[in-house]
Amino acid sequence: MRISTFFYTLKQGFISIFKNKWFSLASVATISACLFLFGLFYAILSNFQHIVKSAEEGVSVTVFFDEGITDDRIAEIGEMIQKRVEVSKVNYVSADDAWDSFKEEYLGEYSDGFTENPLADSANYEIYLKDVSMQGDLVTYLESIEGIRQVNKSEITANTLSGVNALIGYVSVGIIAILLSVSVFLISNTVTIGISVRKEEIAIMKYIGATDFFVRSPFVIEGILIGLLGSLLPLGIIYVIYNRVVEYVMIKFQVLTTLLNFLPVETIFQTLVPVSMAMGVGIGFIGSFITVRKHLRV
Amino acid sequence: MKTKENKRRTHKKNRAVSEQMIVLEDVSKSYSTGAPALSGVNLQIKKGEFVFIVGDSGSGKSTLIKLLLRELTPTSGQIYVNGYDVGRLKRRKVPKFRRNIGVVFQDFRLLKDWNVYENVAFAQRIIQVPTREIRKNVPSILSTVGLAGKYKAKPRQLSGGEQQRVALARALVNQPPILLADEPTGNLDPKNSWDIMKLLEEINTTGTTVLVVTHNREIVNAMQKRVITMKKGVIVSDEEKGGYIDED
Repeated sequence: MRISTFFYTLKQGFISIFKNKWFSLASVATISACLFLFGLFYAILSNFQHIVKSAEEGVSVTVFFDEGITDDRIAEIGEMIQKRVEVSKVNYVSADDAWDSFKEEYLGEYSDGFTENPLADSANYEIYLKDVSMQGDLVTYLESIEGIRQVNKSEITANTLSGVNALIGYVSVGIIAILLSVSVFLISNTVTIGISVRKEEIAIMKYIGATDFFVRSPFVIEGILIGLLGSLLPLGIIYVIYNRVVEYVMIKFQVLTTLLNFLPVETIFQTLVPVSMAMGVGIGFIGSFITVRKHLRV
Repeated sequence: MKTKENKRRTHKKNRAVSEQMIVLEDVSKSYSTGAPALSGVNLQIKKGEFVFIVGDSGSGKSTLIKLLLRELTPTSGQIYVNGYDVGRLKRRKVPKFRRNIGVVFQDFRLLKDWNVYENVAFAQRIIQVPTREIRKNVPSILSTVGLAGKYKAKPRQLSGGEQQRVALARALVNQPPILLADEPTGNLDPKNSWDIMKLLEEINTTGTTVLVVTHNREIVNAMQKRVITMKKGVIVSDEEKGGYIDED
């Protein structure tokens, strides 16, 4: 392709957007609406997942050792635990640490009466999991290790959290699938209306001897530009309203602030911007490509 | 592959030598419904000829044009246009083939949002003529058809005769070997009709083969060219310096 042909095609794409401004506007609006909903759901879901994830990270398994166990054995057990795939972090809490934190938390100044550590046997490992759903396996393993007296786990929390997580996964896949099919349907409708106006134009071009590629290119460029515009618009809107909504929720539900841990808008946009733009451009490209093809057989 | 290529080349060469621009050999075309639109048509048109094709509606003229433009393929028989075996042409080769034929229609078929210059330049753009040359060629062809001053006008601002001149300029700007005019004067008053015909005749003198499908009895009778008359899908007469044959 000649450079001049390329620029000509590009120019025609731009011109025809302005020439058919109502059609272009309708298409941009359709794509915007779909991608706005998509972005909204994405933002809500990723925050939800983030909240669940941070709750998950707080879930830990604690192991206590047999009486009179040697420090070497404790270190050995520590290494064994560390090697497990489920484990993300292991903290050793010595008996003194345990007592210190107990004093601080519950006794305060009344702790002076104790001369010996009443929690002498309470040295333990706090084990944090990568994924709560793996807790069962790990607990079974831990119970089989010699030298471990007791394994404290939080069964209910773990089950609930992994259940919620799976549910969120299903719901988000479902919603995104519905949104995508609705947007493809709407786009193909809008493009069909727009193209029927230009059916004659395409036929004339074909009579003169224009190749399919030459006829199609301006339409495809138009589609891509519309798609791009249709994706940038909702991104801008989401950017503006996201922080306001987060702020509003934080003020309105102050009780929950420790639980609600929102992602910064930048983190959301790291994924949302490329995905939305790719979807907008993709919808515009496919929509115009397929619809023009129907009219090329002249 | 190589032999096929050679064969094609010899074939093309033979055509070039043989002086025939358009050859139809026993061409028939039937649509899925009803009677055949063309049956067993044989026709030869030499390079540089000026030919009228006349006939009532339903005579098969439109089908003939569509076959020549490869809008349709024949049910049987062979069609050669400027060395191309049109019936066997692959779909993706059609655009290149069509550049051999400049076409003018009764309803002008201009791109209505584009001005005169752009309408004509478009024909050059599709064959990727450099912009520099387009800027030379378009004004030159516009002055040939007498529209040099109106290059900025949109089609709706022009009279029927002027629009047809634009269409003619568009058909000619790439200097095709064949000009095919389908009822070019159908929507024009007598004066404009004559002007267009004069232009077609002028173009013919430069060596372009011109085919004119028309209903215009006066013009056909006056111009004393070859006249092919069609009726119900067959050629009923083919006369040098012929006239319009009346329905009996």
